[in-house]
Amino acid sequence: MSAHTIGVARAPRRGITLRPGAWLTWAALVFFFVNLLGVIATVLLNSFGGRWFATWLPSGWTGHWYGDAWKEFNLGRVLGTTVEVTFLVVLVSLVLAVPASYALARQNFPGKKLLTILFVLPILVPPIAYGIPMATVLYKVHLAGTLTGVVLANLVPSIPFVIFTMTPFIEQIDPKIESAARMCGASTWTVLTRVLSPLLLPGMLAAGILVLVRTFGMFELTFLTAGSTSQTLIVALFSAVNSAGIRSTQSIDAMAVLYTGTMAVLLLVALRFVNPTQLIARSSD
Amino acid sequence: MSGLPLTPPPTAPQPTTPPPALVEPQGRTALRHRLAERGVDRTLLLVVPAALAMIALFCYPFLYGLQLSFQPTKGGALGAYQQFFSEPFSRKSIWATFSLAIPAALINVGVSVPISYRMRRDFRGKRLLLALLVVPITLGTVLTAEGILEFFGPAGWFNRTLHLLGLADSPVKLTMNYTGVLLSLIISGFPFAYLLTHSYLSGIHPSLEKAASTLGAGWWQRFRYITLPLLLPGLMTTFSLSFVMAFAVFPSAMMVGDPNGSTHVISIEAYQAALERFDYAQGSADAMIMTALMLVVLGAIAGLRSQLYRGSTGGKG
Repeated sequence: MSAHTIGVARAPRRGITLRPGAWLTWAALVFFFVNLLGVIATVLLNSFGGRWFATWLPSGWTGHWYGDAWKEFNLGRVLGTTVEVTFLVVLVSLVLAVPASYALARQNFPGKKLLTILFVLPILVPPIAYGIPMATVLYKVHLAGTLTGVVLANLVPSIPFVIFTMTPFIEQIDPKIESAARMCGASTWTVLTRVLSPLLLPGMLAAGILVLVRTFGMFELTFLTAGSTSQTLIVALFSAVNSAGIRSTQSIDAMAVLYTGTMAVLLLVALRFVNPTQLIARSSD
Repeated sequence: MSGLPLTPPPTAPQPTTPPPALVEPQGRTALRHRLAERGVDRTLLLVVPAALAMIALFCYPFLYGLQLSFQPTKGGALGAYQQFFSEPFSRKSIWATFSLAIPAALINVGVSVPISYRMRRDFRGKRLLLALLVVPITLGTVLTAEGILEFFGPAGWFNRTLHLLGLADSPVKLTMNYTGVLLSLIISGFPFAYLLTHSYLSGIHPSLEKAASTLGAGWWQRFRYITLPLLLPGLMTTFSLSFVMAFAVFPSAMMVGDPNGSTHVISIEAYQAALERFDYAQGSADAMIMTALMLVVLGAIAGLRSQLYRGSTGGKG
């Protein structure tokens, strides 16, 4: 009993006596988080605040900026478009990319390297760099500014992203399971629907949510290809900032808070299914 | 297709049919077998839709842009490129881009290493910390930019704190210039770099360091000769990805930077050419220059990386 309490008492003390290096790293992290908090808090306060000039806090509190932003920026329609675009992108990229990632995970074939490069390049090349030629092509085929154009543009980074998230998932599935199913007389279709699909579902869910988050936050491609009726939330936000002037920063901030709130909810959902490092890894290596 | 019990009956007539059937398709089956041995069979058809989509949506526009960049309205085939390099304003955008992207990537990766090295071990609140680091990813460029403008601005909390502590008499100008963009790149890029470094570092098995420790290595020797060589390939990947992110900086360079001066980066140059002046040839040429520059840097990093140790890290998975 006494030995146990001593052990418990010692553990935290070791945590307190830190060396200078440890203090420095903690200080760097704390400094980062304090500034991050400041950045978020100012926007949040401003979106609820009255007049705010040379003081620590705004002079009053109000919620009417949110209503203003909703009306002023036509947020109902913008949100509708955003949902439409993201779900279409998720759906199409899953349909196209999951079979491809199955073949890439299971098979070794001549030209696989080349194919991998074809799928890696859209992730590496900056969106602006292929977005501009892409916008030009879309103008040529009269798809610029339409919802279809925005979805097509957003498919470019999404398909490779699904492929690279799905491939490790598929590699984990033992091919013997499929062979066993075939030996018991299952046709390709049965193997697909009864054996593979249930096993692939978690991976598809994870990949789908990750694509959802990325498409929701994808600025450059949507900005380059969207017209006034096919703007997503982030593009509407940017246009509001850049054509400011008459608009109050508070209603822009209110819109930014709405965007971040939605994104945070999406990410919380995503984090239930995937681990944080998967959110950022762009390609598997 | 649940025809298992149904298969036995057809076996009876089978012996009569095979001989003629075998002779004719033998060449074909042999080829099919040979192809299948190298991995070419019907499964490969599954790749086709995605590959076609990539060719149509990525390769075709890119090549279209490439040929468009050689057809400027004036100045021959290379006119757009000459225009880019002869105009000081556009030429300087290369410098503006690199002077933002390289420091941002170096800071993000450089700070991540000691911090994640400290945090290799499990401690209370580690999951919370990792979750907090995901927060900047949710912010989006606009909220970050607005926040930087308001927090680091002349009347913002940061400058007020400096003033309160007596560190600065007049407000320090941190926004609408180079510093503002660098700050936004750090806020959005550091969590990426940290989470990646962290995952690479946790892939190095702790027993390796313990073994070095039993042989009398101090913490610096352990870091320098054990951990760092194993971590370096991962660090270079992290650097590449951080660089790619910072290199493509566009919205924040417009909002918190000085888009017509010190932060006139190459993506702004390309955007203005294509969608403000509607000179698609020039815009495409700028985009091609941007891609080429980025591929050169990535190629150099990949080249360096191939010189490094690439074996097992005794990973935990």
